[in-house]
Amino acid sequence: MGAKIDAAATGTANWVDDRTSIGGFVKFFARKLFPDHWSFMLGEIALYSFLVLLVTGIFLTAFFVPSMDQVTYEGDFATMHGVEMSKAFESTLVTSFQVPGGLLIRQMHHWSALLFTAAIVTHMARVFFTGAFRKPREINWLVGFTLMILSLAAGFTGYSLPDDVLSGNGLRIIDGVVKSIPLIGTYISYWLFGGEFPGEALIPRMFTAHILLVPGLILGLVAVHLFLVFLHKHTQYPGGGRKDTNVVGLPLFPVYMAKAGGFFFVVFGAVALVAGLFTINPVWNYGPYDPSPVSAGTQPDWYILFIDGALRLMPGWIAGHPTEWVIGGYTLSWNILVPAVILPGLFFGVLAIYPWIESWATGDRGEKHVLDRPRNAPVRTGIGVALITFYVVLVIEGSNDIVANLFHLSLNDITKVNRLAIFVMPVIMFLITRRICFGLQRKDRELVLHGHETGRIVRHEHGEYIEVHQPLSDQELWLRVSYDDIAPLEIASEYNDRGVRRKGYKWDRFKRRLSRFYYEQRIQPVTPAEYEEAQHHAHH
Amino acid sequence: MSTEEKQHTAAPTHEDGEWVNPGLPPHRPRRADNDPKADKRAERQTAALFGLSIVGTVASLAVYFTLDPTEEIANIRTTNILLGISICFAMLGIGLGAIHWARTLMRDHEMVEERHALRTSDENRAVAVQYLKDGAEDSGLTTSRRTLLKGSLITAVAIAPLAVLVPQIGNMGRNWNVAEFRHTMWKAGTRLARDPDGTPIKAADVTIGSVFHVIPEGLNELEHGKLEEKAKAVVLLIRMDPSQLNVVEGRESWSFDGIVAYSKICTHVGCPVALYEQQTHHLLCPCHQSTFDVANGAKVIFGPAKRPLPQLPIAVDDEGYIIAQSDFLEPVGPSYWDRLKHGSGASSPEPTPTTGEVTS
Repeated sequence: MGAKIDAAATGTANWVDDRTSIGGFVKFFARKLFPDHWSFMLGEIALYSFLVLLVTGIFLTAFFVPSMDQVTYEGDFATMHGVEMSKAFESTLVTSFQVPGGLLIRQMHHWSALLFTAAIVTHMARVFFTGAFRKPREINWLVGFTLMILSLAAGFTGYSLPDDVLSGNGLRIIDGVVKSIPLIGTYISYWLFGGEFPGEALIPRMFTAHILLVPGLILGLVAVHLFLVFLHKHTQYPGGGRKDTNVVGLPLFPVYMAKAGGFFFVVFGAVALVAGLFTINPVWNYGPYDPSPVSAGTQPDWYILFIDGALRLMPGWIAGHPTEWVIGGYTLSWNILVPAVILPGLFFGVLAIYPWIESWATGDRGEKHVLDRPRNAPVRTGIGVALITFYVVLVIEGSNDIVANLFHLSLNDITKVNRLAIFVMPVIMFLITRRICFGLQRKDRELVLHGHETGRIVRHEHGEYIEVHQPLSDQELWLRVSYDDIAPLEIASEYNDRGVRRKGYKWDRFKRRLSRFYYEQRIQPVTPAEYEEAQHHAHH
Repeated sequence: MSTEEKQHTAAPTHEDGEWVNPGLPPHRPRRADNDPKADKRAERQTAALFGLSIVGTVASLAVYFTLDPTEEIANIRTTNILLGISICFAMLGIGLGAIHWARTLMRDHEMVEERHALRTSDENRAVAVQYLKDGAEDSGLTTSRRTLLKGSLITAVAIAPLAVLVPQIGNMGRNWNVAEFRHTMWKAGTRLARDPDGTPIKAADVTIGSVFHVIPEGLNELEHGKLEEKAKAVVLLIRMDPSQLNVVEGRESWSFDGIVAYSKICTHVGCPVALYEQQTHHLLCPCHQSTFDVANGAKVIFGPAKRPLPQLPIAVDDEGYIIAQSDFLEPVGPSYWDRLKHGSGASSPEPTPTTGEVTS
């Protein structure tokens, strides 16, 4: 029996290989090694929630009508009877109430969209804090960055499709932001909406973007992203046996196929459970879009919240000076441009080029495949925490009405505090984080030099009491001493031998400043000599 | 004691002033590696998890076929929960089973693979560069005489997208008549009507302290562009004690006995300014919390907006209904580049006050 199956399998494999040379492919992939760590699953969650989005999205396209034609509702949901609404909103109600299982699939789609964006952002944070973006992975960082932006686009276009009053007001905000762009803003608004807001073109256009354009781009870039992961081989955390020149892990087939494949089903199941138990985006409570009503305490989906927060934060007047200028009769609205265009532009811009900023500071040209422990890159970790703090202040401001309600605070006071916090808190958090990293590094040095405290007190013959310290195992030791000690860049002098100013000096000087900012203050790993001396000292 | 022994037997931690990588940590055997009973148990657990998935799939089909939510709308909640949970079991069973299998039964000895530098060899690079040079040579592009060829090619390729993009983008903006932002439905004599039912409002109905959400009469009867007109024309009608109302200079005739009408569209990014606080006469936009003081020409007292809400000049007609004296005298809603330029702007019967200088 077994022999027969073997023969059949061999036959099939040969048949396929004869026509596709798939053998080379299998040889390349089957036993590829993957290092194991829980934080490597964040990217997987993003991938799997995207697959759930595709599966549930295909279901939804069968029932959704992307049209802004107005109809009068006569369906099963009694409270909406006789209400005028677009076909898009009506079909959303039909999918929810008249298609068995439709509501569940809608909710799964929305929950997995939130999970998708959240997983991408946390995955990106993991890559950032462990330095996984360093050479040779800078391109893949950019691919991932673009995927993050696309996930926001996918989320926002999908969120707006049901044409309910909540998302409609969100679109109106977009319209206001677009109009503030100098010179061409009004024309971009006409281009987007096919005329005046809200028009009748937007939902069909967003639908095409949401189901074809954006997911198509995401699929393509996911392919590139994963191809590069295979090409580079996965990064690994530091530890015994791990080097920049090797990869230590378990083979794709069978271990990773089982773990990663299994994890897809876990994500799918978790999304189904949450979608079954927790209502999300109950558009039937909000009602169809109407330009007049709006309610307080309604927030956009979490990933847009920071822009909304920025819009709330920016004052229209600063100490009697308007932030909207009229120059030669033309209006320039800094109160909109700064929070909604310039600030996200800068934030994302810095994020996109971060790998290069750090490589200017290190001047290191080598390939890095062993990850940093965040404590061993104190400035980077500080910058990461500062960026997160900046983001969190905006998110808090974006939900300031809820915060005010919850803690019985004045809405205006929260905004005033946040206007200060947005400048101060990132700096404070940077300093605190860097200090914590230095502390952890010093603790590591202490452990290496003196070992673990055992709590065992011994009395010497001459009456001295000492605590016995237990030396670290070689694995523990290696983890704490094996990180790179990067010194600030030294640059050639401004003038050459003949006293002529050399080209590129200013750029070098900038890199030196950057490098000093990163590495001037640093805790060096224990050297073998220091270690020897400490051991020697302990024995006498 | 045991660690001490290890210390003695272990390889040196450093050599010639360099730390020595201790190599992979020793493999720690799992229970199922040595104990056949544990191995059997892990297998049974895995099978049970796969079994759970089968139960979940069957349950989800049972829910689908037995509970019909369309019969009774209240059933939706139950169907949604039961379907969600059974799909969860169907998926989670497979997932947890596979992971449990991998963790307990599959071989877990870490393996090492060497990495190869990503850069190709110098010879390879040289050959690649030579190929490109050869190709360029063959094409004739490297000879300087070909400037005409190069120039025409670059120009053609650069402008060819216009052939597709201009009609594409050109058609997407309908008529591109952005001057439409300047006008609303309001005309001299248009009655102010209740939102959403469209019944006109008598001045006598507006008691002190009350607020009406207003649309122009006739909006609901529009065949086309109803939402577009509504998006610009919505108004808040508020009556205050005339003694508390500081009328803006030049607008003495715009209100009627303490009744004032302001655009409901925020001058920040265009949300409806829907929240009115009677005691303070403040209007609050719930989107970004711009706050306007109705008692003082709706000027901004907090938040991101810079300009006051545009005021709609009102009067009362012979039948006692509130009417508009004209359209708004400035564009409503968010700012844009040329909002103050009067190309085909609003035809204003009077000088247009664009900023609300308040006389008190």
